[in-house]
Amino acid sequence: MAVEATSQPLPAARSRRRVPLLILLCMAIVVLLALVALTAHWIAPYDYSVIDLRARLAPPAWHAKGTMAHLLGTDELGRDMLSRLIQSIRTSLTVALLGSIMSAVLGTFLGFLSAHFRGWLDELVMAAVDIQAALPFMILALAVVAFFGDNIVLFVGLMGIYGWERYARLTRAMTLSALSNGYAVAVHTLGARPVRIYAIHILPNIANTLIVTMTLNFPQIVLLETSLSFLGVGIQPPMTSLGNMVGFGRDYLLTAWWIAAFPAAIIFLGTLAISLLGDWIRDVLDPTLK
Amino acid sequence: MPWAFILRKLCRALFTLTAIVTFVFVILRVTGDPASQILGADATQEALEAFREKWGLNDPIWQQYLRYVAGLLRGEFGISLVEGNDALEVVLDRLPKTMQLMSVSAIVTLATGIPIGIYAALHRGKLRDRMIMAVGVAAFSTPSFVIGILLILLMSVMLRILPTAGSDTWKHFILPVVTMSTIDAAVFARLTRSAMLEVLTRPYMRTALAKGLPWHVAVRRHALPNAAIPLATIIGLFVGFLIAGGVVTENVFAWPGIGRLLVSSVQSRDSSVVQVIVLMIAASMVTVNLLVDVAYGWLDPRIRQLRAET
Repeated sequence: MAVEATSQPLPAARSRRRVPLLILLCMAIVVLLALVALTAHWIAPYDYSVIDLRARLAPPAWHAKGTMAHLLGTDELGRDMLSRLIQSIRTSLTVALLGSIMSAVLGTFLGFLSAHFRGWLDELVMAAVDIQAALPFMILALAVVAFFGDNIVLFVGLMGIYGWERYARLTRAMTLSALSNGYAVAVHTLGARPVRIYAIHILPNIANTLIVTMTLNFPQIVLLETSLSFLGVGIQPPMTSLGNMVGFGRDYLLTAWWIAAFPAAIIFLGTLAISLLGDWIRDVLDPTLK
Repeated sequence: MPWAFILRKLCRALFTLTAIVTFVFVILRVTGDPASQILGADATQEALEAFREKWGLNDPIWQQYLRYVAGLLRGEFGISLVEGNDALEVVLDRLPKTMQLMSVSAIVTLATGIPIGIYAALHRGKLRDRMIMAVGVAAFSTPSFVIGILLILLMSVMLRILPTAGSDTWKHFILPVVTMSTIDAAVFARLTRSAMLEVLTRPYMRTALAKGLPWHVAVRRHALPNAAIPLATIIGLFVGFLIAGGVVTENVFAWPGIGRLLVSSVQSRDSSVVQVIVLMIAASMVTVNLLVDVAYGWLDPRIRQLRAET
């Protein structure tokens, strides 16, 4: 046991020098997905919303009845699967990226406020953190959509709330300990104003942990967005996302498996790659968090 | 005194519940005028006014709020717009099916996740351990509907041995239960593994081995009970997982439970039903977390001691 305990830091140190093969593969997948999302309009062979009823439910090209015109087949309205997948990757990644940035900014900001003002404001923010933790976020999101209706701005806003409490709690705790540190006291004595202390001095010092939280939060937001879209309460037609493609494909599983299978496979590979990459980044940036 | 601690936790739980009820009330009021919602868009001004007068919608907001809370306490949640009868009854009708699915899934999750985690911890660093953890990461980062769809493709479309929808026979349980348990079991395996690793390096384990206890006896008597304590704290989280996972899984397999009702009510804007389900879930989550907090001290004498001192 003792031998194992002392040899523990070694793997982390080694991984900083040499990136494991699996992580390289994950990086390749993530970069590929990002490129697809960025260039969606140029690389898609068809417009993702063009309906061609004569070509409906065409199987993928390698299938006996498939055609080269639609490499991954078509859906129940004859729309090109490949083009829809490309557009869906773009939508899902954009929503997840916006969501992670918003919740990071919101949570960090509230954490700073909490740590700076203490008192009732602190109590209020911490009570909100508790309440947020008391209700599964998916249920909250479903309730909000039920009462306010589904529109895309509201939906992205919802994704931007997911996980804020983690940032708030972390930022508050780390700021409180930073404030008693020499450097924060020093700049305060020099006459720096609070905003300056937080933004220029404390934020860079706690950024590592926040970035790690963000990389762990990002795949969670992808899961949430695709799940809600799958349930039909997230991204709505005519827009398309990986989740709602699987949702519509659910009804055709017995006759046209490819409609659900391709987006499901991309979600699986994508979230897996992002999660593994996130784990790895965490180990590299912040070995103490393990 | 532990009673002071329990009382404080109880107050906290009540506060959380009140906050959620208030939140629901505010949202219900913000999102629309109940008078025009119920009477329809072509109701006359007089009819609207009479309705508001009758139901007290012209009263000060705090009176309405108190009346709303009093109604909830009496079990009055309003009428389901879709089914036409009491919203609470509509939900309670569906409750048994959801409870069946959730309890079977919970048992399967615990019965697979925890032993796998212990096994991985005892074989730490070996290929077996790394394989288990890799599968765990994969399961954890996959949404449950993707697992469900892949299972349907494999077992129902290709092999044709299991039904894709419904809840009538034991065969209908297999796919939904596997879908729900895979992800949760992966989470439990990870947590159990790290809790075990933490415990295995403790001095009392070294003492137990040094005084000559066989490895398996030391693990069973000293490591397992201590590793169980951190696991107890995540029961609240687990219930949340079960609820959220259940919503998705029920929709994948057309399971006639609360999760499916929730999604269809959201789509048809049946706000009374949504309100009942949200409040019910919030109340059960708060209760579970309260019980876990109280049981935690009871399970672990050290924490009981600590609390008695402070």
